[in-house]
Amino acid sequence: MFNSVRSRLIIVALVVVTAVWQLYSHKTRTGEWLKLGLDLQGGMHLVLEVDDPDGTMTAEARSDMIDRVDRIIRTRIDEFGVEEPLIQKVGGERLIVELAGIDDEDQAKGIVQRNAFLEFKLVLPTIDFEQALSRIDRAVVTSLGVDSIRALGRDVAGQEGDDLTDLLFGTDPAAATDSMTAVSDSAAAAAAAAADSAEAEANALRPFSSLLAFGDIEGAFLVAAEDRPIAEMFLAMPEVERAFPRDQIVLWGADLVSQAARNYYRLYVLEEDSFLTGEELEDATAGRDPQFNQSQVQFQLSRAGGRQFARFSGAHVGDFLAIVLDNEVMSAPVIRDRIGARGQIDMGQGTPLEEARDLALVLRAGALPARINIVEERTVGPSLGQDSIDQGSLAGLVGIVLVVFIMILYYRVAGLIAVGALAVYVTLVLGGLAGMNATLTVPGIAGLILSIGMAVDANVLIFERIREELAKGRVTRSAVDDGFEHALSAIVDANITTLITALILFQFGTGPVRGFAVTLSIGIVASFFSALFVTRSFFLAYLSGRKASDPISI
Amino acid sequence: MRLFQDASYAFIQQRKRAYVISAIVLLVGIGAMAYNVATLGSWANYGVDFLGGSLVQVRFDGEMTAGELRDALGGAQSPPITRFGGEGAAEFVIRAPLDEDASITEVADGVEATLRANLPGRNFEVVRTELVGAKVGGELQQKALMAVLFSFLLTLAYLAVRFELRFGLAAVIATAHDILITLGFLALFRVEIALPTVAAILTILGYSLNDTIVVFDRIRENMNAKGARKTDPVALVNQSINETLPRTVLTSGTTLAVLVALLVLGGAVIRDFTLVLILGILIGTYSSIFVASPALIEIQKRWGVGGVSEKKPRPEPATV
Repeated sequence: MFNSVRSRLIIVALVVVTAVWQLYSHKTRTGEWLKLGLDLQGGMHLVLEVDDPDGTMTAEARSDMIDRVDRIIRTRIDEFGVEEPLIQKVGGERLIVELAGIDDEDQAKGIVQRNAFLEFKLVLPTIDFEQALSRIDRAVVTSLGVDSIRALGRDVAGQEGDDLTDLLFGTDPAAATDSMTAVSDSAAAAAAAAADSAEAEANALRPFSSLLAFGDIEGAFLVAAEDRPIAEMFLAMPEVERAFPRDQIVLWGADLVSQAARNYYRLYVLEEDSFLTGEELEDATAGRDPQFNQSQVQFQLSRAGGRQFARFSGAHVGDFLAIVLDNEVMSAPVIRDRIGARGQIDMGQGTPLEEARDLALVLRAGALPARINIVEERTVGPSLGQDSIDQGSLAGLVGIVLVVFIMILYYRVAGLIAVGALAVYVTLVLGGLAGMNATLTVPGIAGLILSIGMAVDANVLIFERIREELAKGRVTRSAVDDGFEHALSAIVDANITTLITALILFQFGTGPVRGFAVTLSIGIVASFFSALFVTRSFFLAYLSGRKASDPISI
Repeated sequence: MRLFQDASYAFIQQRKRAYVISAIVLLVGIGAMAYNVATLGSWANYGVDFLGGSLVQVRFDGEMTAGELRDALGGAQSPPITRFGGEGAAEFVIRAPLDEDASITEVADGVEATLRANLPGRNFEVVRTELVGAKVGGELQQKALMAVLFSFLLTLAYLAVRFELRFGLAAVIATAHDILITLGFLALFRVEIALPTVAAILTILGYSLNDTIVVFDRIRENMNAKGARKTDPVALVNQSINETLPRTVLTSGTTLAVLVALLVLGGAVIRDFTLVLILGILIGTYSSIFVASPALIEIQKRWGVGGVSEKKPRPEPATV
């Protein structure tokens, strides 16, 4: 008997430890104990639909439009600065975009609704740009100042972007202006000398070019992923832009490149003027060439676009062609031949078809920008969300204290056992929410509190039954066993019907209601385990030191 | 501590009185729905979620009265304004209807711009906006209806399998009774129907069923006990209700205690939600005793077992 009680308690302990571990690993992974819904942490929930006022589009066309919008918003997601954006296609015709904790709604809406811009640019050899690098470095140094560059240079690696910005703009901005005035004020000899030394030092500093590595392909540099924010900041400075070679620009590649266990972004050097835009593109489809086992994208240009493309591609056979969506280079295939109105991009041997599909989607997205409407929008400010969290936790705490008080008052030691089982239950629910990465919403908190009521109910059913059996004059041990046995069918039925309701809510609900359904479902499963296994184990432990006929406190 | 130990109240004998009470409450609710249809155009006060429209919630620094806000939004033409949270809170919900042509986001932006223009120097923060297009609202309405219907059907099917069909029927009658009364209450007090309200209604459905199942479980058990054939069904049901009475009171009590804590401390966002739940739990407890069990008796009397001439048929297997 003792063995069985011990093994039961060990199982309970294991389950609790697992739940706590789930919570803890969620905390270390995301920095939060639980993922909070938009109504709790603040944020924006948008539902987008294709604008089709005349109803002339087929369902397929609308679905394709939504895919394009989906693709475009995903490429723009960096602009939101959102940790874990949710972008989800629902019912084939709608797109749900959820952005947690954004500050500027109007900007977010603008980014979502902005049309995609697709262009084709020629990739240039990096030689000209390399010669301009020293000019660019100097431009960075003169506009930021030697001190801040040096402060930066020491810690280039391993610094977060935000910290760097702080570091740069937080340090004495006088450093930059000092050296400038010193240069213009030739009368002050001491100052001039300082300027000379500053200049010498400035030449030695290579703030921008030190970030660049030679590329894996001709026409692109590599920049380590962690250095990208600094490089972006340098590139955004007007002085730097003026130092570029004539008619050349640089744009980032969309994909991460892995080399020697480090992640890099490509920085492409491109001709400034694009020779073709998405307007001239009519269609793009992904396919597979069985002969060479490679994925391909076929595209179709307009007649005018075809002529332009033929002229251009004829002159640049062997060069790279950058496909640029919203100022990001999505792909840069090599031009093999003169291409007219119909072209084909080979993705290389063994490339999965998925990549070809994605590129085709990018091309289509830029070819015919979808007009979309926002059909539903919900925003919650962070202050309101914080209020809900504070009030919800206070209410939950008071509610739990009330339950604990009632149970112990009414059932004494057995009540204490129920409270212990309830504690296990709460841990399980929280661990389950964390483990499933479920989102906690305001109705979710209510569902949680309600399911505490349900968990108590199961205990009450059992205890009442034990009391009845004891009143009939049964021996303690068999009264307890019978109590659990007889209460079982009611507990099972009650839990299953509630589970049915929760599943239906999940099926038909959206957003917060879904959160409620998930919390309720997890709550029901946990309450089942807690009442039938945990309570019983605790009870057995309570009985283990006694004779079968000793009275118990219930 | 013991409550209602060895109780032997004659619940079933009181059923006629309970029918009258239920009928009156139901009639009041249905009357309120009819009145709402006549005055509002729909049986209840549908919120933004279901009708489509916009809701803008603003929080002011310092004092602000509803009158001042209404003036700032165009006096008589102002959209409906309600205070959010208790008296004295400088936080308001403004509900503006949807324009046919304008995109839904323009409505909310318009409200904010009007406030900024007409209340210069006042600091306020838009803490929440909800904009739902008319089409989406209609769909949500349909989905909510489907959700309620489906959970009805599925639970009926489950109960028919687990118990017998008559138990399932009695449970559905009781649940329908609860939901109708809750809807009547929503209509009477014109509580705004939002998505969480539907969740609350479905939760009530679950809770009411839970309560009914516990009583039915006991009735079934007592029916299967030795010598049950000879017992009067009314006495048997009464005995079952009385036996489960301590559990009923205690569970309702603890759940209500938690919900009251939620109502008092949980804040304005979930106040309506909690209120509906509290109401539903009171009705659900009442109905499992005074509606579900009598319904079982009535069904049994009319079509049920124990007739003199007919042979006792085997309980119908589930055919739902």
